[in-house]
Parts: sequence; structure tokens; C-alpha cells
Amino acid sequence: MSNKTNGEEYLFELDELVIRRASAGDMSAVVDIDQLNTGITKPEYWKDTFVRFGSRSDRFFLVAEDSGEVIAFIIGEMRAWEFGSPPCGWIFAMGVNPNARLKKVGSHMFNVMCECLNKAGADKVRTMLARDDNLNMAFFRSQGMMGGPFIELEMPLD
Amino acid sequence: MKLQKATRCALFAVLELANNPETQLSATDIADKYNISANHLAKVLRDLGRAGLVESVRGAGGGYRFCGNSKRTTLYDLVLLFEDVGEAQQGDGDDGEHTEVGAALGRILNEIDEIAIATLRSITIATLLKTMHWHAERESRGVA
Repeated sequence: MSNKTNGEEYLFELDELVIRRASAGDMSAVVDIDQLNTGITKPEYWKDTFVRFGSRSDRFFLVAEDSGEVIAFIIGEMRAWEFGSPPCGWIFAMGVNPNARLKKVGSHMFNVMCECLNKAGADKVRTMLARDDNLNMAFFRSQGMMGGPFIELEMPLD
Repeated sequence: MKLQKATRCALFAVLELANNPETQLSATDIADKYNISANHLAKVLRDLGRAGLVESVRGAGGGYRFCGNSKRTTLYDLVLLFEDVGEAQQGDGDDGEHTEVGAALGRILNEIDEIAIATLRSITIATLLKTMHWHAERESRGVA
């Protein structure tokens, strides 16, 4: 943990890049980054996600700021005993502004998230991705993640 | 997933050369290490050369070296050079697929193929080498 600005503690700092917990005021930037990556604008979803994940000690909604501009976000939490799985860290959302790619922002965010989850008691971290989401799949693979012992199953309900 | 011999040779060669980018290795060097046929490997290396992934260096101390982009070339790209593993499709004319049971079995086999393809597509040469080094480092710490 390092500096504080406006009461926000930095979890990571390198030159102009800082990573910290998100605040309510960051949500418009998060909405924009998500829209740039997915093509869908969903402000209510992100507002609700911040309420649920922005203030608990075992849930981590982090943003990366470059020269004062929010350029990326990542969200993770501790989950336990889902079908016998011991406490484990989960990353379930991540987005980097396309203009900020290839600068290791995602790698720094991933590492900080892993540190947070590790301190919260996790010795493993998981995520779930669409098979055809090659961008994120290749990113998480490049961080060292591999196929784990669980398989996602689903069925239509109509 | 069972890979053909040529594909395995290609993967061994590319990964060995990409792991030692400053070194030129002969087909025999690589074949000896992986216990594969040097003649077969030589043919595979020619195919890899045509694909722009390796190049041969002539003269004393010559051999092959990796010349592709390890951060952009995936295992799927390599496999595709030697095998027909396009998108899994139903309706490829397999025996019995017109039956209800055959179609149900086909959906399961497609699921397996799609997972295999997604896995190969998501792993670049650089990522595989990085995870190999991490694994070795973890083993050295006794935590693998």
C-alpha cells in the first residue's frame, strides 16, 4: 500500500499509473470503458455492481488511473464451498480502455487483484469466459491461468 | 485430442527454437532431444519455413532459428498448418448422424472439439514458454 490522494489508498503506483479501489464517481468512466469493449451501455448495472462490490472487505472493485484518467477496471471476490470448492478468489469482470492496451495495465491490475485475494485468504484464483472471447482468454492464459477442475454447464429455460 | 506426428514435431521444433531465439539448432539437434525422426522433422521444418515461422542459417554453426512472432502465433495456428481442425461442425457426414442418437452424440463430440480449439487458440508460443518457466520455477521451490 502506498500514497493516498483524496482519501483513496493506492494499491499500486508506477509513474503516472495508479491502481486503487473504485469510488462511486468512477462509475461513468467504467460504463464508458465497458461500452467501448462490449458495445453495450449499462449504467444501472455498474451502479448496482458498485453498491454490491465497492465496499466490502472480501470484494474488490479496482480501477487503474493514468494521469488522473480512469482507464481500466477489474472486479473480484472471495467465494467458498460452491459444490465443494474451498475458499477461492474469483475475477468476474475486467475492462481496459482499448487506447490503453499493450501497456501492461491489465497485467498490473491482475497482479494487484491476486494480491488482494491472497490477503483475503485465497490460494487460487478463477474466472469464467466465453469460449470465443479470445482476447480475454489469451490475456488470462498469459498471466498463467489454465483450465481448472470445474466445468461450466448450462441449459435453456424456455 | 490426439495430434498427428508431424504436428507434434512442429510444436517441439517451434517451441524449442523460440525458447532459444539466439541459438541456431540443426534438425538433428532437435530430433535427438525429442526422440523423433530427423528426416521427418526436416520435412516439417521446411513447411514451417514456408509459413514464416523458422528460417535456416547456412554455414558453420548454421541451423534453424525461430523468426515468427511468438506473442501473436498460437498453438492453434501451428496445429492448423498440419491438421484439418477447422471449426467443429455437425453434418460432416459421419455414420449415423442422421439419427437422434447420432445427432446427440455429435453435439457432445462438437462440445469437446470446441473446448480443445478454444484452448489452442488462447495459448501463444510466448505464453506456453512463460508458463513452462513458471512451472519449472515453482517446481524448484517445491510448490508445483
